[in-house]
Amino acid sequence: MSIFGKDEAAIQKFAATMPVPEFRKGSFTKPGPLNFAKVAIVTTAALHREGADGFELGDGDYHYETLPRQARDLALGHHSVNFDRGGFAADINVVYPIDRLHEMAEDGIISSVAENHYAFAGNQSETVSEIRLDSGPLCAEEMLSEGVNVVILTGT
Amino acid sequence: MCTLAHAFEAAGLSTVVITPMRAVAERMNVPRALYTRFPLGLSLGKAGDREFQNEVLQAAFGLLEETRGPVIREFPVSINPTGSEPLVCPLPPRLNAELHPAIDEAQALKAAHDRAYQKTQRTSIGMQISAEQIPEALARFVRIVEGEQWDDVGFPANSIYGTVHDIRCYYEELACELAEGPVGPWATEEWFYESTEAGQLILKARRAMQDQNAEQSIWFGLAPAGRQ
Repeated sequence: MSIFGKDEAAIQKFAATMPVPEFRKGSFTKPGPLNFAKVAIVTTAALHREGADGFELGDGDYHYETLPRQARDLALGHHSVNFDRGGFAADINVVYPIDRLHEMAEDGIISSVAENHYAFAGNQSETVSEIRLDSGPLCAEEMLSEGVNVVILTGT
Repeated sequence: MCTLAHAFEAAGLSTVVITPMRAVAERMNVPRALYTRFPLGLSLGKAGDREFQNEVLQAAFGLLEETRGPVIREFPVSINPTGSEPLVCPLPPRLNAELHPAIDEAQALKAAHDRAYQKTQRTSIGMQISAEQIPEALARFVRIVEGEQWDDVGFPANSIYGTVHDIRCYYEELACELAEGPVGPWATEEWFYESTEAGQLILKARRAMQDQNAEQSIWFGLAPAGRQ
């Protein structure tokens, strides 16, 4: 038996067959120029600050954690044994490219880095109705209130 | 990620999803996706490679120039989840011959983990135990290997999976401190289970639990599927 995370064919088969909610071709927000954009990261790697409760196991936790841009005391809440955590242990940016964004802001490629970034659990209910209708829109509202224009989404 | 992208776009934000699962992005009509043929857990591809990570982000931002969606673009470089260079990571010599080798090893490596933590200010240990409790937890696995019933050695109910998670995190985090050269996909996992006394001990305990007819749901998750 191969290890799932190392088996590209198994991953692609999973991606092609896993149940997903239906989304019609929906909203498509055109951004302004990138060098005027305030950028936030939203990750589904279940990151949380050390000492925070983090995320519950299973697919019932749809809340999100707020990650202030200066915070680096982050734990990876993706606990699956079939998951390679070595990359994150070596370099936070491989999951959460916060330092890369700061460098891009310094170089004028983007305008600024959002004050806060956000983490959700990757494992959600089959209907995803909670993040679709509750915590997702709430997170969007927070980002808009901070003046965020562009969101980079990363997972695990 | 794809659901969140829809929710964010509907609210007026512009999004780019970086994903290794093209089929999911296609089936969910995600507004903008950068398809990356990277192993799971490595959204930006290469740990410790600033230039490569920048290229991925630049490619992601490039999708914002598209005037209509959904749009999916493939990043031109792929990374194989297997076949990376083995981790070059020294292990300590025996310090206390009276201890089981795994316990001796874990104690000897504590300073390296402390250094890693001081440097990065982060740890993913804590699902069940702390770094200080690693040797004690390993002692319980020694007892299983030596013949005691797994549920007689003092693991609280439903705690053994989280305990192994924390032991593995301890080793993988300190490995990143001690390793010479880049940390490739799955390199720390392979080093832990194949080269360390602790990893070998856990695999032996897992086999012992199978022999004890422990429920599969309890022993199976102590190592990735496929490991013996």
